[in-house]
Amino acid sequence: MPISGAAHIAGVYEHPGRHLPDVTVPQIHAAVAAGALADAGLNFDDVDAYYCAGDAPGFGGLSMADYLGLNCREIDSTETGGSSYLVHARHAAASIAAGHIDVALITLAGKPRTGGRGPGGSMASAAPESSFESLFGLNVIAGYALAAQRHMHEFGTTSEQLAEIKVAASTHAQHNPNAFLSNPVTIEEVVESPMIARPLHRLDACVITDGGGAIVVVSAETAAKLERQTCPILGTGVGIETTNRGRIDLTRTGAVVSGPAAFAEAGLTPADIDYVSIYDSFTITVLITLEDLGFCAKGEGGGFVSDGALQAGGALPFNTDGGGLCNNHPANRGGMTKVIEAVRQLRGEAHAEVQVADCELALAHGTGGSLATRMGSATLILGRGN
Amino acid sequence: MTENSGLPTPTPATMLETEPFWEAAAEGRMVLPRCNDCEHVIWYPRLFCPECGSTDVSYVDASGTGTVYSFTVVEKGQGRWRDHSPYVLAYVELDEGPRMMTNIVGVDPDAVTVGAPVQAVYEPGNDGGAVIRFTLR
Repeated sequence: MPISGAAHIAGVYEHPGRHLPDVTVPQIHAAVAAGALADAGLNFDDVDAYYCAGDAPGFGGLSMADYLGLNCREIDSTETGGSSYLVHARHAAASIAAGHIDVALITLAGKPRTGGRGPGGSMASAAPESSFESLFGLNVIAGYALAAQRHMHEFGTTSEQLAEIKVAASTHAQHNPNAFLSNPVTIEEVVESPMIARPLHRLDACVITDGGGAIVVVSAETAAKLERQTCPILGTGVGIETTNRGRIDLTRTGAVVSGPAAFAEAGLTPADIDYVSIYDSFTITVLITLEDLGFCAKGEGGGFVSDGALQAGGALPFNTDGGGLCNNHPANRGGMTKVIEAVRQLRGEAHAEVQVADCELALAHGTGGSLATRMGSATLILGRGN
Repeated sequence: MTENSGLPTPTPATMLETEPFWEAAAEGRMVLPRCNDCEHVIWYPRLFCPECGSTDVSYVDASGTGTVYSFTVVEKGQGRWRDHSPYVLAYVELDEGPRMMTNIVGVDPDAVTVGAPVQAVYEPGNDGGAVIRFTLR
């Protein structure tokens, strides 16, 4: 059965904290759950399905469902890293369309800033590939640097073009009082910031923050009963990209699968989209993803992002909250906040300086894992609703 | 064999199906798993062919040569790699087809380019094992 329009995002909440040494991770999950439910005009007793990923402490989703006192007839702890929450939204929409559930709660929380952990999840030592990737000093930014270097080699992409992405995010972040980094930066400041792993600089990388977020997805029938503006889920897509049977392609992401799937389900094309939230672990992540989603041809991302195209008022405004590059990357997982800012835009609740005029259609995209090895990608296309 | 790079050479976690790869590396040789049904040369090592689904896989001698597919000069490594920065992390495309993660050693990092021809070097660890890295040829 079609899921387009069957489910709506009725509530979202982003924790305002970026450094939270005095609360536990379960407390943050609970706080964001309460925030998103309140935003929707619902409460914990309305929830009949719970979704979380590897950031949730305990045994799959069961521990947090118990902590939160939920009574569920569906549970899902699919783990694809930072894109998990978009995968969860898709699963929730499908379960709603099937009539299995009515109100789904999706939560994320973590404390990497307090904990001192770098970006990225921990690689399971039992993974069959681990001995072939753990011996060479691979770290998160170095992996993305491998992708950036190859993209530059094949397509002539430049550091200045990558810097445009950080500049756009920082231009937006100055209007977000909760942003971890709120100072606008220039292309020169990005390319002159310390080189971490050539060709990526410190300012090509996202922030490390404590915090969390939550989403409430409900049936169209329940959405119609709520006072809050709800945003229909029009299209969804999931794709994985692997080492490709030993012939890894560092210039390609799972968005080559998830993007077309989402557009097809929504009956839309990239030209229809008014606003995009694009996972921005690093500047290169955004550039390659925009290509793979079809906003420009493969290899033309560098030109596409130039001249302020991604800034509010530009050709394709992106990450108007400041994104993971400047605002927030809670638990080293940026997918949740991508969905939240897309909903703000559709509701007209982004900051006035970055609100897209008459925003009717938004796309949110998550990337989990690493461009340098294997990743899970997920795309949501959302409508404005009423 | 060139002079050891001095990079960290941790003990690889081996499994039954990858032991031939590591045993050969310890002897200064490279072997790769190859599918006996479709002839796909498999990476990373496993006794399963991800190309055709066959489990009829054997380790065969490999050239140990290839070209740089991509690389990064890591200026600020993490953990035990911090003290070895800058170092070169790379994917090498082997002549047999697979692209494997490795380090480029024994050269000035500025000399490394995408497409540069490389050959394997075998750097022994403390336990009799060895890690396969590459140097420019």
